[in-house]
Amino acid sequence: MIALLLSRRTLRALLPAVSLTLLLGTIFWLQPRAMSYMGLNLLLNLAVPIALATLAQLFILAVNDLDLSIGAYVSFAACIGATWLNDAPLLGVAALAGCIVVYALLGALIHLRDLPAIVVTLGMSFVWMGCAVLLLPTPGGSAPGWIRAVMTWRPPYVPFAVLASVVIALVVHFGLMRTAYGAVLRGAGGNPRAVARAGWSLLRVKMTMYALAGLFGVLAGLALVGLTTSADANIALRYTLLSIAGAILGGAEFTGGRVSPIGAVLGALTLALAGAFLSFLRIPPDWQIGVQGGILILVLALRALIDRAGSARAGAAR
Amino acid sequence: MSPAAFLRDLFARPWIWAWLGAVAVWLTTAAVTQGQGAPEVLRAALTFGTFFVVVGIGQMFVITTGPGNIDLSVPATIALSGVVSMQVMGGQDARIVLGLAAALGVGLGVGLFNFALIRLLRIPPIIATLSAAFLVQSTAIAYGRGLRVRPPQAFSDFTTGSLFGVPLLALCVGGLAVAMGVVLHRTLYGRAVLAIGQNQRAARLAGLPVERVRCATYVLCAVFAGLNGALLAGFSGGSSLNMGEEFLLGSIAVVVIGGTSVAGGFANLPGIWGAALFLFLLVTMLNTFGAGAGVRLILTGLIIIAVITAAGGRKVGR
Repeated sequence: MIALLLSRRTLRALLPAVSLTLLLGTIFWLQPRAMSYMGLNLLLNLAVPIALATLAQLFILAVNDLDLSIGAYVSFAACIGATWLNDAPLLGVAALAGCIVVYALLGALIHLRDLPAIVVTLGMSFVWMGCAVLLLPTPGGSAPGWIRAVMTWRPPYVPFAVLASVVIALVVHFGLMRTAYGAVLRGAGGNPRAVARAGWSLLRVKMTMYALAGLFGVLAGLALVGLTTSADANIALRYTLLSIAGAILGGAEFTGGRVSPIGAVLGALTLALAGAFLSFLRIPPDWQIGVQGGILILVLALRALIDRAGSARAGAAR
Repeated sequence: MSPAAFLRDLFARPWIWAWLGAVAVWLTTAAVTQGQGAPEVLRAALTFGTFFVVVGIGQMFVITTGPGNIDLSVPATIALSGVVSMQVMGGQDARIVLGLAAALGVGLGVGLFNFALIRLLRIPPIIATLSAAFLVQSTAIAYGRGLRVRPPQAFSDFTTGSLFGVPLLALCVGGLAVAMGVVLHRTLYGRAVLAIGQNQRAARLAGLPVERVRCATYVLCAVFAGLNGALLAGFSGGSSLNMGEEFLLGSIAVVVIGGTSVAGGFANLPGIWGAALFLFLLVTMLNTFGAGAGVRLILTGLIIIAVITAAGGRKVGR
């Protein structure tokens, strides 16, 4: 019985890795030259900010909420990165820190008043969009040199995008899945009452998770502006839906605090590769989001199959 | 009923606040401009408000079926039905009905697809409609690129015309809202939607056809989005691929500000009209004050958060 459950869980956990491998394998088969340092770097560069935004979404998903404002928020962070952080670094850092504080306060508001996070973040998406438009009415600005240097760094042997993805995934994995407080944080999504009875402050848990989401949103914005070198107020609006899709693709669920940081990063990479996949197949880029939707549906269908097969076998064993 | 009791009864209704807000904002605008153009502003609000009301009604039925039920495919459906309906009409008056039927057909298809994903993959509706949205939007982009068909003259006249100074479209959608109010409160289907939203398990045990009702609800929402796509294309002299974008958050915002419970089970139709007028008049008021797009967005967001905070979040115990 336990072995059965285990195999089902391993199958589920392997699914994001398998889908990414299949996609990468097909790309390499279509275009062997992509299988190089430069090729991988080009393929995966834009995946880094998407992966960071997906992790931001993951922190919110882990406490059974959903963030509809992450795209607008990443855009705003990118705008700060391209303006204040470059012209007046102190002001820029203060503004970014302020954004994270606002996220923590949102977590507190949502917890204390028991508000639906979807609606609060829906409202916040208008607020972030407005802030971004006020700060940068027309596309422009320029990224600070040090961010550009980080994002275009060429480490030996392994492309930066791959290295960054691995490091980010491992850091969040150990922080959230392997530490004691990480278990409490996830437990607040799985069984909030039990966590509260055990003496942990649910308020602090929510504020921590929202602050973490704010932090990773800022990192996503900075990574994005480091790649594009200039920003505009709508630069990352797509990230709201992409980050939800990436987290779900990576095995996260809406309830129960079931998340997987490594899976989420793999999911984000898969979505980012969809565009490249099409261009190698010579399919017009019009279908890019269609392929992203298709991959999402396919993976979810496979997961449903695994679940169903698992429960059928469990039923037979009983 | 005594006047005092009548007033108490009136203020106990959640939709009254959206209407009061709309009236207050309109009066403020009129006071600032000293009555200049106040009727024109109202007429514009009625015209633009109708588009939000049409999608808002559909979204309200979906949201009412319970927590986690939100249709994210509304913008994509609007984009696809807009381009399909204009293409089918081909600028000829004789084919208006055919074009409208095609728009509704697009909605029917998307709604059925949404529900099929929810049922077959057993995934939360947000994820299902999100995946469907990717596919539908991609289809719209691939099909509609470079197409710009003008709507037939008669259809364009209908969407922009008015009767005794009141926009024709507002009259029709007003009628539609009344009809949907009857459907919601006086038919078996509407009562079932409310019952499922209040307690899905109890509804199922009571013998209600829960899945059939949910399916009908997703179809209804998508069909209304499809209708809106055709109307919007007729109104703006042709379809454009991004014309649905503002309805992703907008359709949810009018439902929430209108006093419908996000936790499900309590719908509020008159509030949708109030909220749609309120949001448009607010933008107009800020315009007359000379505020830019950024300030308007920020205020819209803060109002959504204020409304949901004042409404007190989830009242339904679970």
